[in-house]
Amino acid sequence: MIHFVVHEEGDGVGVVVVEGVKAGQELAGWIMEDDKDVKVKAQSDIPIGHKVALRDYRPGDTVIKYGVDIGKVVAPIKKGEHLHVHNVKTKRW
Amino acid sequence: MAMDLSKATFWGYKRENGRVGVRNHVLVLPVDDISNAAAEAVASNIKGAMALPHPYGRLQFGADLDLHFRTLIGTGANPNVAAVVVICIEESWAKKVADGIAATGKPVSYFGIEQHGDHDTIMRASKAARQYVQWASELRREERPLKELWVSTKCGESDTTSGCGANPTVGNAFDKLYPHGVTLLFGETTELTGGEHLVAARCRNDAVRKKFQLMFDRYQEVVERHKTSDLMDSQPTKGNIEGGLTTIEEKALGNIQKIGRKCMVDGVLDKAEAPTGPGLWFMDSSSAAAEMVTLCAAAGFAVHLFPTGQGNIIGNPILPVIKLSANPRTVRTMSEHLDVDVSGLLRKELTPDQAGDKLLECMFRTANGRLTAAEALGHREFVLTRLYESA
Repeated sequence: MIHFVVHEEGDGVGVVVVEGVKAGQELAGWIMEDDKDVKVKAQSDIPIGHKVALRDYRPGDTVIKYGVDIGKVVAPIKKGEHLHVHNVKTKRW
Repeated sequence: MAMDLSKATFWGYKRENGRVGVRNHVLVLPVDDISNAAAEAVASNIKGAMALPHPYGRLQFGADLDLHFRTLIGTGANPNVAAVVVICIEESWAKKVADGIAATGKPVSYFGIEQHGDHDTIMRASKAARQYVQWASELRREERPLKELWVSTKCGESDTTSGCGANPTVGNAFDKLYPHGVTLLFGETTELTGGEHLVAARCRNDAVRKKFQLMFDRYQEVVERHKTSDLMDSQPTKGNIEGGLTTIEEKALGNIQKIGRKCMVDGVLDKAEAPTGPGLWFMDSSSAAAEMVTLCAAAGFAVHLFPTGQGNIIGNPILPVIKLSANPRTVRTMSEHLDVDVSGLLRKELTPDQAGDKLLECMFRTANGRLTAAEALGHREFVLTRLYESA
């Protein structure tokens, strides 16, 4: 069972690909590019398609996905928490 | 094993100018908003004729008017169209559009409403449409080499599964089509924001790269000039955010998966401009689905690959839009809108190569005549791009 996928090694987030992920659940992940397994314990309920943080972040940090900068952290995020518009913003526009 | 495309063929309609279409439409094309009623009346009179109503065409000027004409002429000239009846309030503008379409060699007639009124125009135009429909009904498909198929792509209602599932599936298909001399197209200028350097790096040469960068920078200036916020809820859209996409950068990086890993960007086009040779082309275009797909059709493309995450339901009147999704929830809840399910990618049940082949198989069946979900459901979104206010 794959709960989340990661594009490549070094990405700081995973994408939840199953419905109904709850806080406290042990999640099995798959790093697609490198075909490796990774685990993380969910610290929030995370809807399908939404991201789980794979490390701790502080405000001002950069989030990496696809090996590329996808935005800046604006509120602290702990590993396993839901990472989305409430704690990450664009660096453009 | 990946599909062998070296001898691949499809069954299409070879048109007078050598282009090959996969549909055989007879269009009733209004040049302006006030000609919609007559065009729709003709399409209602004549079974098999299709009207393309739209809200524009009055008092446009400059580049915006040029784009209007280019889009209408390109739509009529598209090889999926057998013949066209053009209707306009002013006869001279009907003639202008008809002449543009007639350059392809296909049958075209034009009618002006002024000095005639709707009734007389509808009667005259219906007589032409009736002849075209009967003539087109006897045209037959013939077997043509894959390289004569023009394939465009654009994604919509994207979510994070688009970037790891449906979009890379299109990329895999594009990488397989590219070496066989197929003409390919992508666009969505603002939706490359954050990944524009990756597209620039894929440009064939410095001239292409410079033109791409110019178009990208111009569109950024439009956003900067008109924005009242960071565009949250517009780009990414509400639907994108609901689907888990957080920033435009994340959306763009997912978007770019559609151009695969091997194909190079061989050329850059203005909106609704037709490519002049095989290869992968970038078209400067809106990222709104119906606008972009309308521009693809106007540029002459015959089939369209449309990956979606949350479930965009778009179709186009003349361009078959093949929709695919990797989101298991969307596949479950919106199956009537989808042609290809690649959700197995996210469960390791499908490899990217298998997903790409699955999409290509659907593309060939669609090209050969199978109706897409959007065609069966009657989705005919024909949306013209405007550049600025009317005069």
